[in-house]
Amino acid sequence: MRWDLLSLFLVNGLIVGVLYGLVAMCFVLIYKASRVVNFAQGELMLIGAWVCWSALAQYGLSFPVAFLFTVAFSALLGVAIQLVVLRPLIGEPLISMIMVTVGLSVFFQAVLKWIFGVAPQSFPPVLSVQKISFLGMEVEAAYLASSGAAIVLLAGFAYFFKVSKLGLAMRATAFNQQVAQSLGVSVRHVFALAWAISAFVSAMAGIVIALVNGVSAGLSAFGIKVFPAVILGGLDSIVGAVIGGIVIGVLENVAEYVDGQYLHWGNLYTIAPFYVLVIILMIKPYGLFGSRDIERL
Amino acid sequence: MALQSARPCGDFRVSYAQDMTIFPTRGSLIACIVGLALLMCAPAVFDRYGLSLLILIGIYGIAALGLNLLTGFTGQISLGHAAFFGFGAFTSTYLSNKHGVPVALSIPLAGVITTFVGMVVGLPAARIKGLYLAIATLAAQYILEDFFSRAEWFTGGAAGAMAKPYSLFGYALKGEKAYFYVVLAHLVALYVFAANLLRTRDGRAFVAVRDHYLSAEVMGVDLTRYKVLAFGISTFYAGVAGALMAHYVSFVSSESINILLSIQFFAMIIIGGMGSVMGSLMGAAFMVLMPEALETIVHLMKSTSWGNIPKIVDGLNFAKEAAIGLVIVLFLILEPQGLAHRWRLIKSYWKLYPFAH
Repeated sequence: MRWDLLSLFLVNGLIVGVLYGLVAMCFVLIYKASRVVNFAQGELMLIGAWVCWSALAQYGLSFPVAFLFTVAFSALLGVAIQLVVLRPLIGEPLISMIMVTVGLSVFFQAVLKWIFGVAPQSFPPVLSVQKISFLGMEVEAAYLASSGAAIVLLAGFAYFFKVSKLGLAMRATAFNQQVAQSLGVSVRHVFALAWAISAFVSAMAGIVIALVNGVSAGLSAFGIKVFPAVILGGLDSIVGAVIGGIVIGVLENVAEYVDGQYLHWGNLYTIAPFYVLVIILMIKPYGLFGSRDIERL
Repeated sequence: MALQSARPCGDFRVSYAQDMTIFPTRGSLIACIVGLALLMCAPAVFDRYGLSLLILIGIYGIAALGLNLLTGFTGQISLGHAAFFGFGAFTSTYLSNKHGVPVALSIPLAGVITTFVGMVVGLPAARIKGLYLAIATLAAQYILEDFFSRAEWFTGGAAGAMAKPYSLFGYALKGEKAYFYVVLAHLVALYVFAANLLRTRDGRAFVAVRDHYLSAEVMGVDLTRYKVLAFGISTFYAGVAGALMAHYVSFVSSESINILLSIQFFAMIIIGGMGSVMGSLMGAAFMVLMPEALETIVHLMKSTSWGNIPKIVDGLNFAKEAAIGLVIVLFLILEPQGLAHRWRLIKSYWKLYPFAH
């Protein structure tokens, strides 16, 4: 048992887990507001990362400017997706809702490869230090900064949903669309807003991951990892999504540790979350914090 | 009674026999026979390239038919169809290579073994539904993919495995022409089975589960049984299609069994029309011919002076991939009931021609 290695994996897992949690929150935001299951969450991250990379490396903008530009671009893209693709499908069966985002995901994936190529690109260094020693361990500075930023963002969202009028309108819509509408909430605006927030927060998460790992098509695999996180936490619970993300991040790294030390299977790391996903679906399909659907004839 | 062959402008069926008939008019029976006869002559007309496209349409059509039985008729969403397609391919290769089972037998046998795997996956999946099922089958896809790349004794691991050519009674059937008939025979058998399945009690139970599962259960339809049965039948189709594919391209590797293939199968049934047996084939044809059409367009553009843009010519593969995503989105928005529905509209337009009611 190598405690130093295990604790390094644990800290890494925690940090990656916060990022998973952030993306999972974006997923839940859309699901709660409009009952759309967004299979293209990973591609929203990828688009953010590529746009930011392009602004930095190809147009030579400074990082803050590129970052702000990316955020604005992603928010607009989110609204555009909602307007063009999802609004015509309101009221369609679940299969259409699922498949349309799967289609979007394939489309974006291919278009991004087309525009930016398949070779991974590394970001120009943004932070002055690459690694920081944290509790005696070497941790990527960008990850550490990002998990700090993620925690600030999550706190901001907690405030937004608890106190602000817009946040309350979103919660009301999530609770019951018809009642919200009759009380004067513009459901259309809420849907658009949910997509805008979800897209730009995903883009931010994408940028952070790309800062460390570089940007390539593989980044959107993060979007798939969202599913174990949200199923664990419960599909319609924001708190659950964040906790689920952290658990999946830690679990993934523990799996990597166990695999590297004892099993030597090679890719338990990538597949472990899916086993967890299946097990959770079997024993507790509504997750830890999700609300149970009650159906009547 | 000169007007006997003309149909009324609505559904006026007065007996169950009329409701359940496969051929509503004599015309449709004749069209079916003529169509089949024309298909039998296809090897004489098409060259190798055309035949290879027809074979692909047939193989993908079988797989799409299976997915349509599960998703279109029973309402169970599966994003893991390619994994079963792959399982069939590996099983048939394994049986014929390692155990000397003749290929003609190993293809249906692969279907049967895949059915068991599908039922094992389907049994727990029967507990969950809708979105949760979609995510669970997505996980099954990744887990089976991982299994394929790991189980070297079964799949040949990362290197893949060579599959034997098709042989019947000791005669190897080589080349596109012979294989076309092999695929056609499997397709016709499975198509007839699917079309007839929907006329039986079990088929109606599937549709009842799709339309309102609670009411179905109240009416005495055993939900678990029919969901697992639907999974089993659907994976049988996928397994047979995968096995046919393996012996056609004579090589199978875990690389090609990816999530994109699952999405392509789904695209086929969306494009063709969910809940339409005929539509599955239309969708398969669309998905096979679309990349070829793109390629032709790009080649034509390449030969002109204004169209020879390197970004477009080199990005052809990405364009094909993007087109898959785009047609899914466009069909869902613009033609959610698929080509089969459009075909019905065209038929009824001509049938009622001067007096569209």
